[in-house]
Amino acid sequence: MNIEKIRNDFPILDQEIYGHQLVYLDNAATTQKPQCVIDAVSHYYEKDNSNIQRGVHTLSERATADYEAARETIRAFFNAKSTKEVIFTRGTTESINLVASSWGNANIGKNDEILITHMEHHSNIVPWQMLCERTGAILKVVPMNEAGELDMAAFSTLLSERTKLVGVVHMSNALGTINPIETMIQQAHNVGAKVLVDGAQAAAHMRTDIQALDIDFYATSAHKMYGPTGVGVLIAKEALLNAMPPYQGGGDMILMVTFEKTQYNALPHKFEAGTPNIAGVIGFGQAIKYIQSIGLDKIAAREKVLLDYATTKAQSFAGLRQIGTAKEKACVLSFVLDGVHPHDLGTILDREGVAIRAGHHCAMPVMQFYKVPATARASFSIYNTEAEVDALFAALTKAKDMFA
Amino acid sequence: MFSLGDLYKEVIIDHTKSPRNFGKLDPCSHDAEGFNPLCGDQLHIYLQINADNIIEDIKFEGQGCSISTASASLMTQALKGKPLSEYERLFEAFHAMATAGMEEEPDQEALGKLAVLAGVKEFPSRIKCATLCWHTIKSAIEHDDQPAITE
Ligand SMILES: Cc1ncc(COP(=O)(O)O)c(C=O)c1O
Repeated sequence: MNIEKIRNDFPILDQEIYGHQLVYLDNAATTQKPQCVIDAVSHYYEKDNSNIQRGVHTLSERATADYEAARETIRAFFNAKSTKEVIFTRGTTESINLVASSWGNANIGKNDEILITHMEHHSNIVPWQMLCERTGAILKVVPMNEAGELDMAAFSTLLSERTKLVGVVHMSNALGTINPIETMIQQAHNVGAKVLVDGAQAAAHMRTDIQALDIDFYATSAHKMYGPTGVGVLIAKEALLNAMPPYQGGGDMILMVTFEKTQYNALPHKFEAGTPNIAGVIGFGQAIKYIQSIGLDKIAAREKVLLDYATTKAQSFAGLRQIGTAKEKACVLSFVLDGVHPHDLGTILDREGVAIRAGHHCAMPVMQFYKVPATARASFSIYNTEAEVDALFAALTKAKDMFA
Repeated sequence: MFSLGDLYKEVIIDHTKSPRNFGKLDPCSHDAEGFNPLCGDQLHIYLQINADNIIEDIKFEGQGCSISTASASLMTQALKGKPLSEYERLFEAFHAMATAGMEEEPDQEALGKLAVLAGVKEFPSRIKCATLCWHTIKSAIEHDDQPAITE
């Protein structure tokens, strides 16, 4: 794989920060965008901008065709059964809220149980807490071990016929852990529970076959897989979506409106009220094509080599404690350094041109588990290099010396 | 160009490593908690203010980055044994410094030792770290029920 060629696809990487070549290691927050995605978005605004689904003029037909083509690209990428199951949203957060509101209100009652895990992002915790408050349902949490792996024995014990939904993150943004979702889905289905998989982190790093895994609800965001911000997808089984009430009312989601009654539109439009992020969806489709042009399996293999390289360096760096050492993990190096607060590390590294994230990573329960207020997190992507990992550790040495 | 040395001055590193007036004050007349939701900083400030409105004692505990720790440490040093009016004056002076334009020199005379934190305004994402302790002491003195947050 020619990383130099891949780097050239990302115009943003070619810049200096405080006189240093930019080293972008905050990919778990959002990845950079290749030129082809930027071009697809500009092309829409320059040549095709118009509203979709409702115009008879040429621009609207072109925009609608591109929007719907993106839906098919995304369906195929995740191997969903049909484009009716592919609903565009603002991102993972909105996808989960859609399920918690629409499916949750219709299917969850007092003393039903929602089972999530200790390593969920706040977006897969708070909507369920809100649902539990509304309905009197009970939120249960699967514990994890020191390495940041789920306690699968506890998971089996916590599952029961009271469990109505299991919410699990495919890959943790705070720890990098890849969870055994295949087994979890099978076990959940055995007790009749539905499963929501938060694919925000995993989607860009490993193959996810929604039919093979038998996922009921799948949420992800374009911006973590080289696409634009503010757009994502909910993929859910058609039968579930058909039985769910709409999430929001408005234009595009209706067939017929009178003041007496409204007839809802067919899937997927029933869940896409209002003018969507058309340019974003088109850019999302292009981002997936970009991933396909390199090959997801090749990406995963290369990223593993880089993570192993960084992990080896981390292990021999005095005073560094890794947070998250699961056997199955990808692309995330989360850590604390003796004597230097993560927030100070973030500032010091920035002045060396190295962009990392410092904070709780929207996963405060994970911080509470490890009894740290925050961690520093370097997260990798297909365009990162061994030289950039070296730059990270050189900057860490500098930070350590400042506080020595 | 602003260098890291403008922010991480020796005094700040020193107060980070050995914060002054660190710990709990029990009993105390006033206390409050403060949070910086951005980075997880947590601060608890305790005060003993007597009938003559003198800050007889002041302590803080919590977990934070070097800027928030040093700022709290310097604040307690500046206020211990001082009248409440000194708190009011320094609060204003500190606020003015943290929100001043890049070119403006800090008012050394008004700020005293606290002027070492002037570099923070060149690091916009860190200003809240420096001001957290001041928001927290304000809510302690004004007996706010809500924890202070840096907004
Ligand atoms: C694991 C995980 N879930 C959910 C989200 C939320 O994604 P978004 O902010 O795009 O809705 C993120 C991104 O921060 C994430 O890392």
